[in-house]
Amino acid sequence: MKLKQLAHARQDYSYGFLDEFAKRELRRRMLKAIALPGYQVPYASRELPIARGWGTGGLQVTLSLAGPRDTIKVIDQGADDSVNAANLRRFIARMTGVETTDDTLRATIIQSRHRIPEERLREGQVLVLQVPDPEPLRHVQPDIAKARAMHADADYAQVWLGLYEQLVRFGRFMNGASYPVIVHNRYLMSPSPIPRWDTPDLHQAAHLTLLSAGREKRLYAVPPYTDVRPVEFEDVFFAVEDQRGRICMLSSARNKFMDELPQPDGSSRFRISDTGYVAKLLKPDQAERGATYYDDDGRFYIEGFIKNNTAV
Amino acid sequence: MVRGSRFAVQYKHTQMNLLTVTKLNKHFYVHHLEREIVAFAAVDFALAAGEFLLVRGANGVGKSTLLRCLYRSYLPSGGQALFRSQAGDIDLARAAEVDIAFLRRSEIGNVSQFLRARPRVSALDLVAEPLIENGVSLAEAHTAAAAQLAAFGLKEAIWEAYPSTFSGGEQQKVNLARALIAPRRLILLDEPTASLDAAARAALVERLTELKRSGVALIGVFHHPEDVQALVDRELYLETV
Amino acid sequence: MILLPQLVQTTPLLRVSGLHKRYGAVVAVEDVALDLYPGETVGIVGESGSGKSTVLRLLNLEEPPDTGTYQLDIAGYVADNIFALDRLRRRELQLRHIGIVYQNPHHGLRMRVSSSGNVAERLIMAGERRFATLRSAARASLAVSEFPLERLDDLPARLSGGMQQRVQLAKAIALKPALLLLDEPTTGLDVSVQALVIDTLLRLRRERQIATLIVSHDLGVIRTLSDRVLVMRRGQVSSAGLTEPGARRPRNTRIHSN
Repeated sequence: MKLKQLAHARQDYSYGFLDEFAKRELRRRMLKAIALPGYQVPYASRELPIARGWGTGGLQVTLSLAGPRDTIKVIDQGADDSVNAANLRRFIARMTGVETTDDTLRATIIQSRHRIPEERLREGQVLVLQVPDPEPLRHVQPDIAKARAMHADADYAQVWLGLYEQLVRFGRFMNGASYPVIVHNRYLMSPSPIPRWDTPDLHQAAHLTLLSAGREKRLYAVPPYTDVRPVEFEDVFFAVEDQRGRICMLSSARNKFMDELPQPDGSSRFRISDTGYVAKLLKPDQAERGATYYDDDGRFYIEGFIKNNTAV
Repeated sequence: MVRGSRFAVQYKHTQMNLLTVTKLNKHFYVHHLEREIVAFAAVDFALAAGEFLLVRGANGVGKSTLLRCLYRSYLPSGGQALFRSQAGDIDLARAAEVDIAFLRRSEIGNVSQFLRARPRVSALDLVAEPLIENGVSLAEAHTAAAAQLAAFGLKEAIWEAYPSTFSGGEQQKVNLARALIAPRRLILLDEPTASLDAAARAALVERLTELKRSGVALIGVFHHPEDVQALVDRELYLETV
Repeated sequence: MILLPQLVQTTPLLRVSGLHKRYGAVVAVEDVALDLYPGETVGIVGESGSGKSTVLRLLNLEEPPDTGTYQLDIAGYVADNIFALDRLRRRELQLRHIGIVYQNPHHGLRMRVSSSGNVAERLIMAGERRFATLRSAARASLAVSEFPLERLDDLPARLSGGMQQRVQLAKAIALKPALLLLDEPTTGLDVSVQALVIDTLLRLRRERQIATLIVSHDLGVIRTLSDRVLVMRRGQVSSAGLTEPGARRPRNTRIHSN
């Protein structure tokens, strides 16, 4: 027997680009993250052929999870066709041989930057969110060691103090995207820069959400059917962005999260940010349309979860 | 007349006595002279409720030091000063500071020669303070303070003014009103008449008479003992050691 | 000689003994013992570097001593050496039962958080999550420390030194602590502002019966506020005594040696 017969045939890349050790480490970290919902698990973020800050965290998670039977969807701010989304999708497909799709319902893994699709995700689906800054305490405690101690003690008074200050100074909560949430009644978590509109989608969700920051080398998770509650006061509530009065210029639909397109005359036109969903609205006969998180009147599917659905 | 030092007499601390002092003495170590100086030696006396003890003696004989030892501004060097407080008998010469602080708030008063004015605190507030500290309501304390200031002859126009701007005589009136306002069982007076006018001196004697009648024991050092001669039950004569 | 109280039968709120702290070769605190009774105010005086502020920091659990026992007569902590508490219980004790005012408001306040927010923070830390309650409690606490309520939401950075001390005080007393620690609370303020702060402290002590430990090098402040005084020198209590309320000038303050 010769050495050549024992060894694998030479390959240009490992399956999924990352070597087996890297993928195994990531999977272990993911399991830990799932076991400790909202807890930031450090991992050894690998070099990839794209720069840090361009979705390397999400990409490593996706590459570690994807197998030949997966169908993958990649979006950037809701759009399947942006340059970043297209590049990431092509890279993942070439390295893993997975099928790709724009259809939220068909995808088994959805890697996303800054959005959760409008259609409700179901059990078995995995949402991978790219995270630029995983630390929700960064602006109240710049010292990471101290911030970790605060997480350990569930010492989140500073976050409510921040809310207090916003109410005192501006009369309302000013957090836009990355609205901090408490996961499983324990850890404070930054849900990546998704708009407030998407934040409630994480609560008691049927799907698994994995959030990964490549530059910061931290990943965390929201397992299916886990409580995820935005920070708010008992008498002043979290509110989502007001989408009322906005009509999608492509589909004429309402009460979905809209991109605002400023017009030369100073006015604005609006377009549903989730391009996969718009495509389905425009061609209703070509694909099945799933139930959405918000109905056509803007009501969230879990009744009473958003206590203030009318404010700004 | 009770004599200290020379004719030492043992006094029994009986039920009758509020204060029984035995062989009380005080000496200071003076660092730059590197020797001990005796302020007073082996003082003995007893005092019942409602009695007035006048402490006499030449200048520098330790009269004020004796008062300060009883008030525990100085720690006596030896001897006893048994005080029958409402909370129980206690040796003032050896009592824990917490106890002395407690007695100062509740039973033992001290009248010094000087008022310690505080900026931005009016004469009326300053006088009312000891009563308020004892839990008297603000309104009641102010009424009582006004009565005291009136009795000592301080012009009503300046009751609300800050005593730090007052003359020495006016300050002393405020001082007396403040020191004698709260109910006490033993009051120590260290030359309270210094810098007082005749009318205020009369007011002081009247207040002391009133206190004595109500059962307060008084120990005093006076520049002009004749002012209070009518009140004196006993005298303690201190002599140079 | 240690004189045990006979008349005052209450248990001391605070009892510290054998307190030692050194920084490298420098002995900051050496064998300090101290009792503090409910409702009592005790002053610690001493030159700078005498260890008095270190004692206060140790009692506020900001850093551990080398050795020492620290007992507090507070429900839930009676059997403990406070220095040996774990981090969470230490934090809980610090939050609910100890208030502190620092000489430097920057140590005690968040300069970029409104004055009311600084006070509300204590209540948030204690678990209060109703905005209306936070608002009214902060307002009430600031009123008690005689802070002008029209400046409720001003940033401390925009307030005068005296005002900042009032915010610190309001913050310190927001949860009605049993123990109040004051580290040179009036140093650096002008005399009339000092007087106002002292007046507020006196009233507070009267109305709330808080046991107070005040550290200062200003004997006038100590004399006005405290019944008993400890003098510290080179880390040790060089003498302990009673203040003489009648003395005319600070230098006449008599402190005898036991």
